[in-house]
Amino acid sequence: MTASSLPAAGASRAPVGRLRRFWDSSVGKKVVMAVTGLGGIGFVVAHMAGNLQMFVPGTPAQAMHEYALGLRKLGPLLWVARAGLVVMVVLHATAALQLIARNRAARPVPYSRRVGQVSTLGAKTMRAGGILLALFVVFHILDMTLGVGHPQFVHLDPYNNLRLGFQRWWAVLFYVVAVIFLGLHLFHGAWASWRTLGLRRASDRPLHRNIAIALALFVTLGFLAVPVAAALGIFEPQTVVMDAAHTPEAAQ
Amino acid sequence: MNLTLKVWRQAGPGAPGAFAEYQARDISPDMSFLEMLDVVNEDLTAKGEMPIAFDHDCREGICGMCGLMINGSAHGPMKATTTCQLHMRSFRSGETITIEPWRASAFPVLRDLCVDRSSFDRIIQAGGYVSVQTGNAVDGNALPVPKPDADAAMDAAACIGCGACVAACPNGSASLFTAAKVSHLGHLPQGQPERYRRALKMVAQMDLETFGGCTLFGECQEACPKDISIDTIARMNRDYMQASAFEPGENRKSGGAG
Ligand code: HEM
Ligand code: FES
Repeated sequence: MTASSLPAAGASRAPVGRLRRFWDSSVGKKVVMAVTGLGGIGFVVAHMAGNLQMFVPGTPAQAMHEYALGLRKLGPLLWVARAGLVVMVVLHATAALQLIARNRAARPVPYSRRVGQVSTLGAKTMRAGGILLALFVVFHILDMTLGVGHPQFVHLDPYNNLRLGFQRWWAVLFYVVAVIFLGLHLFHGAWASWRTLGLRRASDRPLHRNIAIALALFVTLGFLAVPVAAALGIFEPQTVVMDAAHTPEAAQ
Repeated sequence: MNLTLKVWRQAGPGAPGAFAEYQARDISPDMSFLEMLDVVNEDLTAKGEMPIAFDHDCREGICGMCGLMINGSAHGPMKATTTCQLHMRSFRSGETITIEPWRASAFPVLRDLCVDRSSFDRIIQAGGYVSVQTGNAVDGNALPVPKPDADAAMDAAACIGCGACVAACPNGSASLFTAAKVSHLGHLPQGQPERYRRALKMVAQMDLETFGGCTLFGECQEACPKDISIDTIARMNRDYMQASAFEPGENRKSGGAG
């Protein structure tokens, strides 16, 4: 999007339908971002709960395998869920890029000095952090779902894939940085989305956020646990017992 | 007090601008910020130079004409205070003060520190009104208004349209202004007939004027001389969503006699 795609001041409004009118407005795009962002939060929390099975006492490798298998057993439903996630990410990212372009165009001459009074780090890193998250999502799917570039990828053996994947220091670093930015994104986003959607009642301290802080900490710590534990060498090598139908050989 | 001012000077719309330095001498701490500028301007006039152009009218914090970016803060360092109500005691003698106009594509600079805020007028024109019956004036208290609604409406109605929210917003968004106007009328029974169409039209005009979108940084609320809350933005969005779902698109033929 370039500045020229913005309607000129005073331009006449062409007749438009409801959906188009909604998507074309800055409020509509923010509503789409809030809804898809909340969907993202739901996904991220579920994903984290899955990851934490790395710490199941005794048989974590088997627990992770069965979790992975359970997802595969959803069959077509898994593809429905994946398609839903792709649609959400595409809508969220498209609206983000268009709003960023609009916001930049709104102040063509910068201030020599503008002092933020209350902007949080979370709010200030929504853009850069969001773009980093988009790159991370691509890397993460290549690395841990498809095994592209992974040193020793075995289909349906997430325990060892994670254990070995995190022997690369740069992968640990990238995960840790991405997770911290995810936490910041949620520190602002979980709070902002309720206001964007008009769900919050009026408050004496509208900038305060307790649930968002708790959620951001919960998600950040939960996701940090696995790469950090792996980097510390906490995960022992374990072999997974797979059904004949699900061995890597059968998958080829 | 003696101060050094770094002031944005620009000869006209679209002309190149630059900062110029001026000395403000023997300023009383009891002067308002605008009175300090008056003193500087008298000096400039005496020297045959062009005085610094800045907007002002009531000088008592109610008209919304004044508005300067002072050391990077809209209306300067005092919370809930317009530039005209800001006093020089908020500064230290010997300090350098940077003074800039509001900066937004929808607020083009007219000259020096004056900007054209007619984009705000067009947002109001788009929907910031209520329809009333002609004829005899209605009895003052004929329409019951619940106290919390009256309070919320009055809080929003305190907006003087100065543009500090736009100036302080990292996105150059007019969401707080538009939301204040949408909520102030939307809270009252008189504002109900146009409530949802109002949200639609005012937001559409706000976008047409090339203001940015709302990221909820909260800077607008902090800069607002009338302490308008970002809660109004949540309410505007709610009205907007409802309107988007139920108000017909503009390609529908209007029905009935009209
Ligand atoms: C694909 C990469 C992503 C990008 C490029 C991105 C970008 C952004 C940007 C720029 C904003 C601020 C928009 C604005 O207020 O102007 C935002 C808001 C938000 N994002 Fe993301 N984001 C991404 C991923 C995510 C993920 C994975 C989640 C959830 C786990 C998420 C949840 C949210 C939420 C809840 C908001 C707040 C919406 C609101 O202010 O109402 N985002 N995102
Ligand atoms: S001059 Fe009227 S509000 Fe400042």
